Amino acid sequence: MASVSLKIWGCRGSVPTPGSQTAGYGGNTSCVEVLLDDETALVLDAGTGIRALGLDLVGRGVRHINLFLTHLHLDHLEGLRFFAPLWNPQVSLDIWGPRSQVLSLRDRILRSFSPPLFPLDFRDVPAKVTFHDLPAEPWQTHGGLSLVSDLVLHPGPTLGFRVESNGSSVAYLPDHEPALAGIDGRSLDWLSAGAIARGVDVVLHDAQYTEDEYGKKIGWGHSSVADAVAFSRAVGAGRLVLFHHEPDHSDRELEALEQRARELAAAAVEAPVLAREGMVLDLC
Amino acid sequence: MVDSEQKQLVLILARAFASNLSTPTLLADARGYLVFYNEAAEGVVGRRFSETGEMPLDDWIGAFEPRTASGEPLPAEREPARFALDERRPAHLSFVVTSTDGVEREVEVSAFPLFAHTEEFVGIIVMFWRR
Repeated sequence: MASVSLKIWGCRGSVPTPGSQTAGYGGNTSCVEVLLDDETALVLDAGTGIRALGLDLVGRGVRHINLFLTHLHLDHLEGLRFFAPLWNPQVSLDIWGPRSQVLSLRDRILRSFSPPLFPLDFRDVPAKVTFHDLPAEPWQTHGGLSLVSDLVLHPGPTLGFRVESNGSSVAYLPDHEPALAGIDGRSLDWLSAGAIARGVDVVLHDAQYTEDEYGKKIGWGHSSVADAVAFSRAVGAGRLVLFHHEPDHSDRELEALEQRARELAAAAVEAPVLAREGMVLDLC
Repeated sequence: MVDSEQKQLVLILARAFASNLSTPTLLADARGYLVFYNEAAEGVVGRRFSETGEMPLDDWIGAFEPRTASGEPLPAEREPARFALDERRPAHLSFVVTSTDGVEREVEVSAFPLFAHTEEFVGIIVMFWRR
């Protein structure tokens, strides 16, 4: 049973941002691969980063893919239609994600797979696709890796994920505004995603805004860098990876944000870092 | 699902909502445990929530000796919070309590069930007013 390793294929928030100003950390929206030892794949979110991942999976001959969606805002779903394995009849794809209060995950996703949003209907998809509503019981691989989900604070049904294997753990919270219900002074049972992230080695957390920007966007579902640091401290995470970068932030502005996070997290076990496309996080 | 100690997100949101209300408000989870009441409620019941902590809602309500306007003990099944927990339907009633400061007060109480999904009952929210 291996420890957890991740590869980031997209970490931009809200909308893709190609261009020279964002080339350093990348412009693709959320997509993270949990690297497995066998011939299957575990993918978190289907932002535009999943397009390049799909090509990579085809090259690796992967035929069975588990895709876990935190929520269905477009920046976490828009890459799915251009995910190469979806168009291969030899691939089986299990898609896990949140149902709404009235619709199943399947019915919600199919809305984006039909005209006028897309020229094809989902019935045209050749891969064998199965949908699974979350939250549900913990999901496990034969290799002993487990994934747990729970609803977190963000507009609409939204999940956070905790992945564990061989004593290492990571929490994935790309879109999360815990400050809306309070962070400082809250016991973990009252903290959004408190159980998901408690004591993890690494937390990938929404840090979209500077503190000034957040003041103008309270309730939009995202966190300031200060709240990301406060959350990481509250749950006792070993390391904070700043995720879901604001589309208006250039590489230089992101690095200023990282510096601010490091000032705020002075006593942290490890200094916070910016997520970057292509980054591999090995939690051994 | 994560371990049972984590509060359901609807309760977390309800607590944030209640914390910003000037209307006395309390929350109980699906087990029937009082899990929070706000500052406005503290003013009515005469005790801070941090002093009370989580406890069975029936025990907490019983301490206030709920009774009808004519002084008869209020049957538990008529108490709005108990009704909302048992029947999972809203309820409203006026009755008399004795606060921790010993003052007798007539209160109006409205209780509503909280469902995260149609079949997922997560608790109740109770609002009350001094008459």
